[in-house]
Amino acid sequence: MTANLTNNFEVFAPRLVSQDEIFTSGHRACQGCGPATALRQIGKAIGRELIVCNATGCMEIVASPYPFSAWEVPWIHVAFENTAAIASGVAAGIEVLRRKGKFYTNHEKITVLGIGGDGGTMDIGLQALSGALERGHDFLYICYDNEAYMNTGIQRSSGTPFGASTTTSPSGKASFGQKTNKKNFAEICIAHDIPYVATASVSHPSDLMAKVKKGAEVKGPAVLHVFAPCPTGWRCGSELTIRLARMAVETGIFPLYEYENHEYRLNVDIDELRDIREYADCFEKRPYMESQGRFRHLKNEDEILATIQSEVRERYMRLRAKCANVSGGRR
Amino acid sequence: MHDDVRRRIGIEVSLGHAEAVKLCNVDAIAAYPITPQTHIVEHLSELCADGEIDAAYVPVESEHSAMSACIGMSATGCRTFTATSSQGLALMHEVLFIASGMRFPIVMTVVNRALSAPLNIWGDQSDIMANRDIGWIQLFGNNGQECYDLTPMCFKIAEDHRVLLPTILNIDGFTVSHVVEPIETLTREDVDGFLPPYEPVLRLDVDKPAMFGAVGHPDVYTEVKKVLDDTLIASRTVIDEVFEEFGQRFGRTYKAVEEYRTEDADTIVFTIGGTIGEIAHVSVDALRAEGHKVGQVLLRVWRPFPYDDIRRVLDGRKCVVVYDRALSFGGPGGPVASEIRAAMYGRPGAPPIHSIVAALGGRDIRWRHIVDQVKQAQIRALEGPFPPYEMVGVRQ
Ligand SMILES: Cc1ncc(C[n+]2csc(CCOP(=O)(O)OP(=O)(O)O)c2C)c(N)n1
Ligand code: SF4
Repeated sequence: MTANLTNNFEVFAPRLVSQDEIFTSGHRACQGCGPATALRQIGKAIGRELIVCNATGCMEIVASPYPFSAWEVPWIHVAFENTAAIASGVAAGIEVLRRKGKFYTNHEKITVLGIGGDGGTMDIGLQALSGALERGHDFLYICYDNEAYMNTGIQRSSGTPFGASTTTSPSGKASFGQKTNKKNFAEICIAHDIPYVATASVSHPSDLMAKVKKGAEVKGPAVLHVFAPCPTGWRCGSELTIRLARMAVETGIFPLYEYENHEYRLNVDIDELRDIREYADCFEKRPYMESQGRFRHLKNEDEILATIQSEVRERYMRLRAKCANVSGGRR
Repeated sequence: MHDDVRRRIGIEVSLGHAEAVKLCNVDAIAAYPITPQTHIVEHLSELCADGEIDAAYVPVESEHSAMSACIGMSATGCRTFTATSSQGLALMHEVLFIASGMRFPIVMTVVNRALSAPLNIWGDQSDIMANRDIGWIQLFGNNGQECYDLTPMCFKIAEDHRVLLPTILNIDGFTVSHVVEPIETLTREDVDGFLPPYEPVLRLDVDKPAMFGAVGHPDVYTEVKKVLDDTLIASRTVIDEVFEEFGQRFGRTYKAVEEYRTEDADTIVFTIGGTIGEIAHVSVDALRAEGHKVGQVLLRVWRPFPYDDIRRVLDGRKCVVVYDRALSFGGPGGPVASEIRAAMYGRPGAPPIHSIVAALGGRDIRWRHIVDQVKQAQIRALEGPFPPYEMVGVRQ
């Protein structure tokens, strides 16, 4: 494995990570919640000059039971599908009030952040997000992807991977679970040709924080697709969150890359992708798929597993071919 | 347009209304086009493009996003405006409750139009009646002058710290919105003197972080909704004050419930909105000329519902004919009529209330129709029977 993170070298020093907690403890997320971990990392990366616009979903519910708040920055929740529209309103409002000299403060940079889950982003919220990206508002949108609608109780979304059993794509006598492939969300955003799109994972916090910073600093819209396992929905041990996230990167299931200045760049390039089935040296000696209850029914479905495996590899190779910084990539 | 002297101009009501929005120094507009609202947002975008309005104009991708963006802009402290109609209002429905629940004083014009199906772009009030219970202040402008004058009043009412509620100005589609009318304009100085700058109580402020739209568990939800309703009801005081002040400054006085030739009337024609409201004047004059003691009551404030005034003007009458341009399907007939019945229920000697549903989807109604319908209602009031409601002009 070759890590291509050298251009972000400085962020590897843990002492440089802010000690300030913007998303504080005391929220109601489950043990080992990947999305909550992501929010903590995001808050640290941006700091207090931040306005959060949060979609309905787990992260909104766990953070805001009135009169408590887990956010130490201004925060607004309106509905499920309109977070990008709210964020575009906030960004436009700040901009016009600044121009008219009516803004309440002189803070030079205030980051407007939209946050939604995979359902609130890739399904019902996609129209609002597309509109906001097209209009070019100065905001950062982050989708934390736990691969299902967790807040309503683990239903499939268009981010749910092929074969996963959820309450609306259950495995049964006549079904092996989710029958469609995970929507390529980052690619949809890239097609809007906005200044910055990246994928990140809670397993790679320095990379994630560097990307959050970059997305926040870029002028215009930026999107981050963050992989964030959910032990509750994935039916796995709560201590496995980060390990599974790391395995998703190392198997090529969730590659880490960026799109900036019209170029793709792989941040973690992997010569030898790990196998989703035979990942023998992994923790607890269990491969990616097997350690998750949502794939348990596929245990002896060799054909389906083989299909998933080859699909993962092919997708990864297609992505790699687009990336300017890897051999064989577009130069 | 010159805004330094008051003038009397001939202008399409939509454009006149947009000119009034301009004088209100709005900071932010988000909009999506829909007939018959389009001329308003088009003209506003022109005014922005010409630098006559210094505002963020966010041309969103749907009405759901229009209201969402308005909430975002209002949350930063902007004076915020939008306009819509029909399906657009229906698409916003979800977010409308949130705007009032979060107490953002957004002003929205709804150019009233029918709802699908069948697809129909013409005027009626089905759209606003389906959005009756969203917790917004809802006013009606019946003609060009009223739509113009009510514009700064809407902002002033919405932004009053005793209120802080979003406010809808309803205008009947086409028959009011698209008609060229004479309008007496106000000057920039007039409006500046009348409408102070918007001072938000809370906003998204990194120096004073606050949470908007938190989860309200059962132990607080009821209280929040009660406060909303109490505030909406209490906003009547502010509405009356603002109407009064406007009248004193500019000589045109508005009332929550307006009367025409009602002094000695035993029969009342009750209307809401400009289309039926304006022609009913003519019908009342004609009925009077024939010796019938008929008067008209126009409802200007739909929410908060002005129970006290309605009882005052209807108590002691012999017959009330309420015109609705919407129908509560499978229900009590016209939505306004059912509210009037509720207002008058149990009053000693309460008059019979006839609910007439008319002029749906742009169907014409003429002053002669109203004359005939009122005469029939008078007979029914004496002899009965009268049905829960009548939908007039239906072809068999
Ligand atoms: C219009 C609308 N439809 C449905 C819902 C119910 N709902 C609330 S949260 C949610 C799922 C959220 O899933 P996701 O966006 O993936 O976030 P997560 O809960 O996983 O954090 C759903 C379906 C809603 N609030 N609004
Ligand atoms: S259900 Fe999943 S995403 Fe939601 S709080 Fe629990 S662990 Fe986090």
